[in-house]
Amino acid sequence: MGAQLRALWGWFDARMPSVAEQWKIHAANYYAPKNFNFWYFFGALSMLVLGIQIVSGIFLTMNYKPDASLAFGSVEYIMRDVPGGWLLRYIHSTGASAFFVVVYLHMFRGLLYGSYKQPRELVWIFGVLIYLTLMGEAFFGYLLPWGQMSYWGAQVIVNLFGTVPLIGPDLALWIRGDYVVSDATLNRFFALHVIAFPLVLLGLVVAHILALHDVGSNNPDGIEIKKTKGPDGHPLDGIPFHPYYTVKDLMGAVLFLAIFCFIMFFVPEVGGYFLEYNNFIPADPLKTPPHIAPVWYFTPYYSILRAVPPLFHSQFPGVLAMGVATMILFFLPWLDRSPVKSIRYRGSLYKSALALFVVVFLVLGYLGTEPTTVWGQFGFDAFFLDTKDVATWVARVCTVLYFAFFFLMPWYTARDKVLPVPERVTS
Amino acid sequence: MRKLLLAALCAPLVAFASEAGYPLDPSPHDARDLVSLQSGARTFVNYCLGCHSAQYMRYQGLTAIGLTEAQIRDHLMFTADKIGEPMRGPMSVKEGKQWFGVAPPDLSVIARSRGADWLYTYLRTFYRDPKTTSGWNNAVFPNAAMPHALWMLQGERRLEVAAGGHGHVDYKWSELSKGAQSVTEYDATVRDLVNFLVYVGEPHAASRKAIGVLTLFVLGVLFVLAYLLKKEYWKDVH
Repeated sequence: MGAQLRALWGWFDARMPSVAEQWKIHAANYYAPKNFNFWYFFGALSMLVLGIQIVSGIFLTMNYKPDASLAFGSVEYIMRDVPGGWLLRYIHSTGASAFFVVVYLHMFRGLLYGSYKQPRELVWIFGVLIYLTLMGEAFFGYLLPWGQMSYWGAQVIVNLFGTVPLIGPDLALWIRGDYVVSDATLNRFFALHVIAFPLVLLGLVVAHILALHDVGSNNPDGIEIKKTKGPDGHPLDGIPFHPYYTVKDLMGAVLFLAIFCFIMFFVPEVGGYFLEYNNFIPADPLKTPPHIAPVWYFTPYYSILRAVPPLFHSQFPGVLAMGVATMILFFLPWLDRSPVKSIRYRGSLYKSALALFVVVFLVLGYLGTEPTTVWGQFGFDAFFLDTKDVATWVARVCTVLYFAFFFLMPWYTARDKVLPVPERVTS
Repeated sequence: MRKLLLAALCAPLVAFASEAGYPLDPSPHDARDLVSLQSGARTFVNYCLGCHSAQYMRYQGLTAIGLTEAQIRDHLMFTADKIGEPMRGPMSVKEGKQWFGVAPPDLSVIARSRGADWLYTYLRTFYRDPKTTSGWNNAVFPNAAMPHALWMLQGERRLEVAAGGHGHVDYKWSELSKGAQSVTEYDATVRDLVNFLVYVGEPHAASRKAIGVLTLFVLGVLFVLAYLLKKEYWKDVH
């Protein structure tokens, strides 16, 4: 049997040697730094979640009906009558949130170890494009269950485009395909969610990995391992991705799946954060819910949108701020002027800026899930108070700090007192 | 059009207080209590299904709470002929709108949107109110369109709301007429009904947890193997 299989492989390899070649380039002969730590699991895990979403999504598509009068019912049909349907639906809903969890941690790893810095600017840019595409993918998918939060969340987000000066209303109309979110909107969002954006996502993931494997992986020390090569031409601090990191990532994947399954089987709603309670009410275009909250992964940006006061009765400044808050990520490689990559050798300026940024991001994220009155109101009147909601003012301070992290980066990273970086990686 | 868009956009930007008010009692329902689930099913088809539906639930599915198909057909199916039919009441959406102002909502996933505590408290806090069209009002859901469907069991009650100190509100309940059940009996009836509604909200919840335990066990074993494999391979990395 073994000999026959080898013969079959030999036949295949003689006709298509590029398969073995690619395997060598990207796994067996790809030398990765040997000092990867906990933070380096999340790239592989993102790909795992992408796979989970595609497979569970395919099976959901077989039973889901993209029709405004049938969509809500078809999701309940999947939950009840389709064998294993409830499992597919929970895999997909848990996977959506898990995707953002791992991607946010993966991006934070980049901030920790300067993985976006020269020569990995393109890796970072493809990564930001993946993140933005993922946001679109999640947004389109969220309309499909056709619950109250699906409907009104989509209504709010599409209306954001309506605030763009001059072309806004036409733009919003073009996106919706109707004057309100309707069956036409549901159909096009379905198409975008199941084929258009997944295709873009897959292409970008390929580009992200090709770009990475061309320049080589960064590591927690921020050292270029290609600078010190052994007599065999391989980096002294590198080990072949396969088998070393395939077995290590396998271990990480099993642990991740255990957490994933714990949530999926025991707390699939996660207290209303993964599956919002109000989304179990069918969409009603005539009944605006009192409190519209996006799912947790959008809430930092939703907070920024709400924090910026309107100008001439237009919400456009808030929309602009939200757009800039995401687009600014593209410029990170050029905003950071530090001579070192890793946080291990950076000074206190960058360390405190990053710590503050994490706090600010979490506070904005929390506030975005709550009504602006969550922290009460100021008891006094002042001429500058356009709103007395304490949370809105906290969100405003956090919004300023969010932008300060990026806009002041050229200044504080250039002045930061950095430590000397060693020649070889530390273990 | 522009104004409408703007209004829809601004709606979430305006601060809304959450539905503050009557404190919710924790629901004592128990998903493993089959007797309670069956009693809840009986209350549901007798008192709720007249106006509401649970259209995503099929009668046949009730075999999962320990009933035989014959029992379901003889005691629970008043509005359907075949066991595979969904639980729909006799009232149409149009009639509901005509009679109550709003169509009574479908109750298939009501426990998932409202939560068990809300339902348990709501169904126990109806009171007589001459100011409403139905003559009933509710402490949890003020001016609810629904009259007290279970009033013959609970009896009629009156609610006096008095403002206490520090923004605290005092609720004083008093009995106007006795119902068929005592307070304890009625609480148990509502507990069973809520138990049933929670079950209907997610019929596969029990098997979900059972499969979950098994899956986590398998992943636990798999993790140990993956850890040992990793350790073995990484022995020579220094």
